[in-house]
Amino acid sequence: MKDQSIRIEGNPSQTQAAAGGSAEANPETERYFVRFTPMQRWMHVIMFSTFLGLAATGLTILFSANAWAQHFALAIGGFGAILFIHKFCAVILTLEFLYHIGNIAFRIVVKKQTGLLWGPDSMVPNLKDLKDMLGNFRWFLGLGSKPRLERYAYWEKFDYWAVFWGMIIIGFSGYVMWFGPFFGRFLPGWALNAVQIVHGEEAVLAATFIFSIHFINGHLRPDNFPMDTTIFTGVQSEEEFQHRHAEEYQRLKAEGRLEEKLACKPERSLLKASKVIGFTVVAAGIVLLILSVSAYIRE
Amino acid sequence: MVVACTLLLLLLFCWPRLQAQTDCLSCHGDLTMQDAAGHNVGVDANLFHASVHGSLGCSACHADIHGYPHPDHPAPVNCANCHSEQASALVGSVHEHASRQPCTACHGNAHAIVSKDSPKSAVYPLNIPATCGRCHGNASMAKQHHLSNVYPQYVDSIHGFALSKEGLLVAANCSSCHGDHHILSHKDPHSPTYRTNIPKTCGSCHAGILAKYMAGIHGQAMVQGNPQAPVCTACHTAHAISAPTMAESTHVCGNCHQRQLTTYRDTFHSKVSSLGSYIDIARCSDCHGEHGILPASDPRSPVNRANLVKTCGRCHAGANAGFVKYEPHANPRNFRKFPILYSIRLFMVLLITCVMTFFVLHSVLWLIRSLVEKVQSLSAKGGR
Repeated sequence: MKDQSIRIEGNPSQTQAAAGGSAEANPETERYFVRFTPMQRWMHVIMFSTFLGLAATGLTILFSANAWAQHFALAIGGFGAILFIHKFCAVILTLEFLYHIGNIAFRIVVKKQTGLLWGPDSMVPNLKDLKDMLGNFRWFLGLGSKPRLERYAYWEKFDYWAVFWGMIIIGFSGYVMWFGPFFGRFLPGWALNAVQIVHGEEAVLAATFIFSIHFINGHLRPDNFPMDTTIFTGVQSEEEFQHRHAEEYQRLKAEGRLEEKLACKPERSLLKASKVIGFTVVAAGIVLLILSVSAYIRE
Repeated sequence: MVVACTLLLLLLFCWPRLQAQTDCLSCHGDLTMQDAAGHNVGVDANLFHASVHGSLGCSACHADIHGYPHPDHPAPVNCANCHSEQASALVGSVHEHASRQPCTACHGNAHAIVSKDSPKSAVYPLNIPATCGRCHGNASMAKQHHLSNVYPQYVDSIHGFALSKEGLLVAANCSSCHGDHHILSHKDPHSPTYRTNIPKTCGSCHAGILAKYMAGIHGQAMVQGNPQAPVCTACHTAHAISAPTMAESTHVCGNCHQRQLTTYRDTFHSKVSSLGSYIDIARCSDCHGEHGILPASDPRSPVNRANLVKTCGRCHAGANAGFVKYEPHANPRNFRKFPILYSIRLFMVLLITCVMTFFVLHSVLWLIRSLVEKVQSLSAKGGR
């Protein structure tokens, strides 16, 4: 899977080219382009499954004084089960995070893919992101035209880095709590109290942000409503590509590399599965959001 | 000869009494007999003979009746003639004026009273709660006298179960704590249920606990006259005492130690206990002890700095000097005592507020703009 992901991003495979060819042969048929590699899509699936598991159990612990938390805990087997699921998901997500770091490091150091650090495909924020953001606000207020975005929009980069730093903070504080006596040997006394505060507050931020802002930006805003399946299927239609990532589309076209990204139309079954999974997760997230925000405000 | 003389003397001595009983019972032996006012005046001869008073002649109690015919309204029986000690104990008690016949109200029909050691007695230890409960299990009576309706509470208590289910004569019944004839209000300093007398009262059975309590900070505060110092009932309640379940202990301590309960609720310990099915978790008494609680400054206290590694180590394997620097009652909302934690929490709250405010604004503006564009494009199409 990993090899494939690199292949897709680096050199387009034979199948991709063949698929592109057939799409070109029928101009009436809408063309589709690769946006996410299978690896990226699987990383997202693992991440949202474990995140949902962590959020459901973690928020239950955080807001344990509420009746819904106690009923939920009782339903799945009490605190023992809650903590087990929380730690299980935490370990999986940690492994995924470490894999991601290793993968990025390997691609930068060994493969010399410096484009990961700067350039149009990079996740690293740049001046254009600031301009895009200001441009977007001007557009919101009717003072200018919609900014033309590159491969990753500024809010997508924010999502990425929020999760990135969030995982470091929440993960570290979580492991300090898990292995308190071990970390107690070299951390100052107040740190054991601090990790508890940080873990809980950062969790509230992460859950609230993902279950509201990320869902709105990704799926629920009118342009994407009711669901953007790109992260599940990995492909976007040509119209979507031009509309959402105009600058990238233009650049690839000018470089003559657009066809490298051609892909098949997603299978109906995959599309259907994406929607079922997507809606389930969005619904679960919104329920958790409502419960947590009401509990947080009451505290 | 001696035997014959003794029998004769006995016969002579007892005859008038036996004669009297037989005489009275010739009329009153009819159980359906009623006086002019309709009161039942029949006496069950068998029950009477088996009672503690069975050997007495009727006139021993009904002193104003010497023969027949007798007055229609004989004078009330005065139990105090024989039971003077009990009668004087009743004076000044809460029951002194409770009834026109205070003795029979508890001891039952005077013609059928049996020894208090008999399981048939109304004041046999196992029967006392039901006897008292005839009045003190009556909600309207309790309300009338501004009392709480305690009998149902007692029945379901650990003492009530020990008595009713196990049949333990040593189980505390009403009179174990309240006394018998000289029952005083709990507001009376002489009452065994007066606040500062309660430890001694409970300690008459729970002697070991009493000794620990008196050595602890709560007992010491009570002795020093602190009106807020808890006595047994402050934590265990009086009548509804149940077997101590750890799940409830935090609320009980929190009744007085509110700030500590609030900070306890912030901790993982509390969260675990409120989610249930996991009883093996630190609650107040697990760290502080229970009856003999000592202040943290006392070197014998389990929460004294020197003992923390041992105390925490009971659950946390590998607890060490660094680990026990964790402050289980830290309050990140208190800047003076916990400036670092306060700042960290403030930073986190500000971070959440800023990020969410920015992106909610971002999303709302975006939503409005998208809707405006949709409407514009629709009207543009409609125009064409």
